[in-house]
Amino acid sequence: MNKIQNNKAWFLVLPVFLLVAFSAIIPLMTVVNYSVQDIFDQNNAYFVGVEWYRDVLTDPRLQASLGRQFIYSATVLSIEVPLGIAVALMMPTKGWSASLCLILLALPLLIPWNVVGTIWQIFARSDIGLLGYVVNGIGIDYNYTSSPVDAWITVVLMDVWHWTSLIALLCYSGLRAIPDAYYQAAKIDRASDWSIFRFIQFPKLKGVLIIGVLLRFMDSFMIYTEPFVLTGGGPGNSTTFLSQTLTKMAIGQFDIGPAAAFSIVYFLIVLLVSWLFFTSITHLDKDKVKEQTYD
Amino acid sequence: MAEIHLKGLAHSYIGNPQINSDYAIHEMNHVWQQGGAYALLGPSGCGKSTLLNLISGLIKPSHGSVLFDGVEVNDVSTQDRNIAQVFQFPVIYDSMTVYDNLAFPLRNMHVAKDKIDAKVREVANTLDLMSILNRKANNLSADQKQKISMGRGLVRDDVSAILFDEPLTVIDPNLKWKLRRQLKQIHERYNITMVYVTHDQLEASTFADKIALMYEGKIVQFGTPRELFENPNHTFVGYFIGSPGMNFIGLNKAIDNNTDEFTFDGMQFPLSSAQKKVLANSDSSNLKVGIRPEFIQLSNTDHPESLACNVIHTEDLGTYKIVSVQLGEQTLKVRLGEDQQSPSSKAHITFPQQWVKIYIDEYLVDLQGDSEHE
Repeated sequence: MNKIQNNKAWFLVLPVFLLVAFSAIIPLMTVVNYSVQDIFDQNNAYFVGVEWYRDVLTDPRLQASLGRQFIYSATVLSIEVPLGIAVALMMPTKGWSASLCLILLALPLLIPWNVVGTIWQIFARSDIGLLGYVVNGIGIDYNYTSSPVDAWITVVLMDVWHWTSLIALLCYSGLRAIPDAYYQAAKIDRASDWSIFRFIQFPKLKGVLIIGVLLRFMDSFMIYTEPFVLTGGGPGNSTTFLSQTLTKMAIGQFDIGPAAAFSIVYFLIVLLVSWLFFTSITHLDKDKVKEQTYD
Repeated sequence: MAEIHLKGLAHSYIGNPQINSDYAIHEMNHVWQQGGAYALLGPSGCGKSTLLNLISGLIKPSHGSVLFDGVEVNDVSTQDRNIAQVFQFPVIYDSMTVYDNLAFPLRNMHVAKDKIDAKVREVANTLDLMSILNRKANNLSADQKQKISMGRGLVRDDVSAILFDEPLTVIDPNLKWKLRRQLKQIHERYNITMVYVTHDQLEASTFADKIALMYEGKIVQFGTPRELFENPNHTFVGYFIGSPGMNFIGLNKAIDNNTDEFTFDGMQFPLSSAQKKVLANSDSSNLKVGIRPEFIQLSNTDHPESLACNVIHTEDLGTYKIVSVQLGEQTLKVRLGEDQQSPSSKAHITFPQQWVKIYIDEYLVDLQGDSEHE
């Protein structure tokens, strides 16, 4: 059979290609371009190879900031995921109370990020903020502007307040998708509540949880606005995370070269962690014949 | 092991049922004997699944009671009724292996490990699951998954009945017969009461010793597949069982004389004297005769008992033919064997009297001495 050779169809993808090139590929390549040059002004740029990368990776300020970033993401994920699942499990399934819960849960997600920062900045103030005032009132010394520990607690609390809803809503929709027959069968098999969660609900939630954890990891790893508004990265550098360090470097100091190199490294870290997480989780689903025998 | 007795059982999903149509299940008295293989057959929405859930305890009856071996279990929870249920779609624990799936109910009951192992292997053997015992359950085919969900019922010694809720819906047609046969073998081997819900008469009659046919929340007939076929006691049974269903013709009493003749579309329907007598004694105007397409005779030649009719068309289905004929205003279906010739246009139709059933107000009238053909 003669195969019709008509490569004109490729032109049909041209608009998409142009759009992607314009919005993603070219900007990214610009950053790559900056990251290998030392630029003084428009006419004075020198190729420096991997020098900026070497600088960035050995910079103790950046390393410290990267360390804080990992601790921060790990902390908020380890609180938000179990809490979100718990909230979803406890939510009513029908009636007006279900609708009310859904609306309440969706509220924090609708608030702009800098507003969230402002809300907490005021809420947690020890002189006029409701939270700060009450905590100090019951005898606990709390001041997020002077104590790094208090600042951390506040930043984490703020993120939990803002984003647990996302996990809860995702899990809620996942739970609603489980047919009743599963619960009925589990009842007949005399499964305990824990077994029902462990063997029915949790496995069925896996899909939405992968999405939820990935989204939350990427977002929390790139967090900028909220801590910037709340603590400004302080006290000292205690709540300065990667994006803020990067912004300072690129806009505050005009170190475009190192900032570009750093952006690339940053991008690769997010990509790598997400990929590792995704493949390891999806790999668990593969049918591995268990080595274990039951003899 | 248990005999299941439905005593004055009725159910309504509405809090305070007033009229008949508020009930999903109308009051019924029924006994499923220990060790029997039963099918609950009926069209969608007739209340089959509701009845099944009443037995398993997933729904609490609004009226009457369910008795297991004479003990009322209305307030006994599903897990304490010692029944197992196989659902329309296979319900398995995805994250477990086949072995763990089968062992799950026993582990929940804290049975000793070696006893679990022995029982799981025995059941896996019966169900042909030995070769995949160590595989994860979520990547198996639908029929294997369905066998696992059945197996979870079989491993338990305390199970008194297994309820099946259209279990073959998602199974490939070529595997259905195999699984049905396996079900039958399991029933013989374990001597467990089995109730099988389906809307497929073929499934019902191959699986069950006795079929309960449901219609609008009532069991309209309970009997062997043969009884349902030969003596449908309600017009719905006649219509639902058989392929094609029974032919029904509405009759009118002849007005002009005292000779108890019954007509339709201006023709006299040939009836026996006993049949005429029953019809004549009835006050109802809803009189019908019913006859199976298998029992109608068609021929090219006229004889005294036959009526003239027109052949509309013939469908050849390979092993048999279905002939549609026009008799007055009525369209009747006639089923002929592959070797029988179908008349082309004009034909003569005969209704053998022993196969003509009388229905008054949709219910069969049992004629005395009607059992000579048994």
